[in-house]
Amino acid sequence: MTTNDIKYNLYNRDNTPVAFSAATLEKIGMLIRRYPEGQQKSALLPVLHIAQEELGGYLTVDIMDYVASLLNLQPIEVYEVATFYTMFYLEKVGKYVIEVCRTGPCSIMGSDPIVEYLEETLRIRTGETTPDGLFTLKTVECLGACGYAPVMQVNNEFYERLTTERIDQILDDLRKNKDLDKSPGSRWVEKFY
Amino acid sequence: MGRKILLKNIEIPGIRTFPVYRENGGYLSAGKALREMSPAQVVQEVTKSGLRGRGGAGFPTGLKWSLLDRKSDKPRYLICNADESEPGTFKDRYLMTHLPHRLIEGLIISSYALGVRTCYIYIRGEFKFLAGILEEAIREAYQNGFLGERILGTDFSLDIFVHPGAGAYICGEETALLESLEGKRGNPRIKPPFPAYKGLYGFPTVVNNVETLASVGPIIGMGGEEYARIGTGKSTGTKLISACGHIRKPGVYEIEMGLPVEDFIYMDEYCGGIRDSKGLKAVIPGGSSVPILPADLILQTAKGQKRLLTFESLAEGEFESGSMLGSGGFIVFDEDTCIVRNTWNLTRFYRHESCGQCSPCREGTGWMEKVLSRIEHGNGKLSDIDLLVSVAKNIEGNTICPLGDAAAWPVASAIRHFRQEFEEHIK
Repeated sequence: MTTNDIKYNLYNRDNTPVAFSAATLEKIGMLIRRYPEGQQKSALLPVLHIAQEELGGYLTVDIMDYVASLLNLQPIEVYEVATFYTMFYLEKVGKYVIEVCRTGPCSIMGSDPIVEYLEETLRIRTGETTPDGLFTLKTVECLGACGYAPVMQVNNEFYERLTTERIDQILDDLRKNKDLDKSPGSRWVEKFY
Repeated sequence: MGRKILLKNIEIPGIRTFPVYRENGGYLSAGKALREMSPAQVVQEVTKSGLRGRGGAGFPTGLKWSLLDRKSDKPRYLICNADESEPGTFKDRYLMTHLPHRLIEGLIISSYALGVRTCYIYIRGEFKFLAGILEEAIREAYQNGFLGERILGTDFSLDIFVHPGAGAYICGEETALLESLEGKRGNPRIKPPFPAYKGLYGFPTVVNNVETLASVGPIIGMGGEEYARIGTGKSTGTKLISACGHIRKPGVYEIEMGLPVEDFIYMDEYCGGIRDSKGLKAVIPGGSSVPILPADLILQTAKGQKRLLTFESLAEGEFESGSMLGSGGFIVFDEDTCIVRNTWNLTRFYRHESCGQCSPCREGTGWMEKVLSRIEHGNGKLSDIDLLVSVAKNIEGNTICPLGDAAAWPVASAIRHFRQEFEEHIK
């Protein structure tokens, strides 16, 4: 199957169209060819990453249905995967998703005070998004950077050896970037596929 | 100072790029293997080296390779497990960030040995920046004739692709990884059949850890016997230890197998001792899943021998008084650490990461977390301690994959060695 066979006239429930650009479809075609003929399902995780990145930051049912049609899958095959992996967001998130590691090594090095400080500064609870839609705060399990604890990721960019002063600086920098389309840390799709 | 094999030349500026890596002896091993050796000879050298899996289980790599089904003419796959997610472990990330070509070279030689022509690097989704570094290294290797069709003019062809996961600890388990690579939920498969016979897409497959595969280049370069001279007993060669927690110098260190744990913790060239001059309380030496040991038992075995950084020495005393080398995720706790709180934290991790397939793990991790939470928050009962031991025992060995054991051991060992602290929390 090639992606040219796809008729992409799907719409989100709010009537925004759900479709990748021609350039992205080409990338996805290339991704599918990394796997043997008939195994295009293997491209599901990478394609969902791209979908989340390029179609509004989280996966709606319509987006998942669209991905299913692209990869010639049943929608349920996409839903069960999207709900299994923590990096796929099923609800609207802010432009910057702050994910603080809370597991063992980060915890003993002070991740709890970091989370509390972020809650105070952003005036939201963990799991919530600021009213201006700029920041979502989450806690996550081990990010594999234990020697540089405490650690957080913002849109997949690592920030390490956190202190409250560093947090102020990082939030400041991100606020200054708010007019950019995407955060610097989220440009991996363009760069590498 | 121990010998540097995996991290050799890491200090050279630009070693991440192909030209600099090549100028400094890079890809000589690949050339040697492909031009001068048969695939069987490569497997033989790796077997002679005594290399054991660096991902946690310590299974002999040569043996794993020799189990691969070569009789059928089905396609075979090599999967590089870069789903580094074991709490306390960040060595593969370090290796791939600084020396991506060490891994690519290892993949080329290993694929040649195994008769593989497609190789996937399964990297955890959170390491997207690393996927980029690897893609770049792979592109350079293609450009320079080390990947693609007829490598170095031989009949051997190989493609390597990077495949990102999406946040699931369980995908580090090899059969869950294969499911994930096929675009499914990361539910581990029942074994047998083993991946060596039925792996990716049902075809014969070898899954090895990043550090294991990166060791193959140096082994071919120096010869298996020479490699086996480093280390002691059945722990040969060097190992990356990622040290974290309350130490002065957290980071990734390459050690020769056999280094005393005490030297590793206190010498300036390694961890540099406990920070703020505090006392050592306990260590989890091989990633959060392995048993925790109190200070006296991590420095010396119950028989009074020096504890060494080897598979055998760390396991000495088994679960009564020993632990495991595991992935080399070395977590150090100072005298002020609350063991109850830390155990609760780790149990929360396993509850979150259980795939939910097997009832003992799905339900057991949830119960352990709830019970530990109430102990930590002052609502525990004395009977809770034995309840935890019982739940842990009923998970252990009763699940499809080792996540069940991995969740049970931290709880069982914390209670074994720090029971008094649990009791004090309750009273």
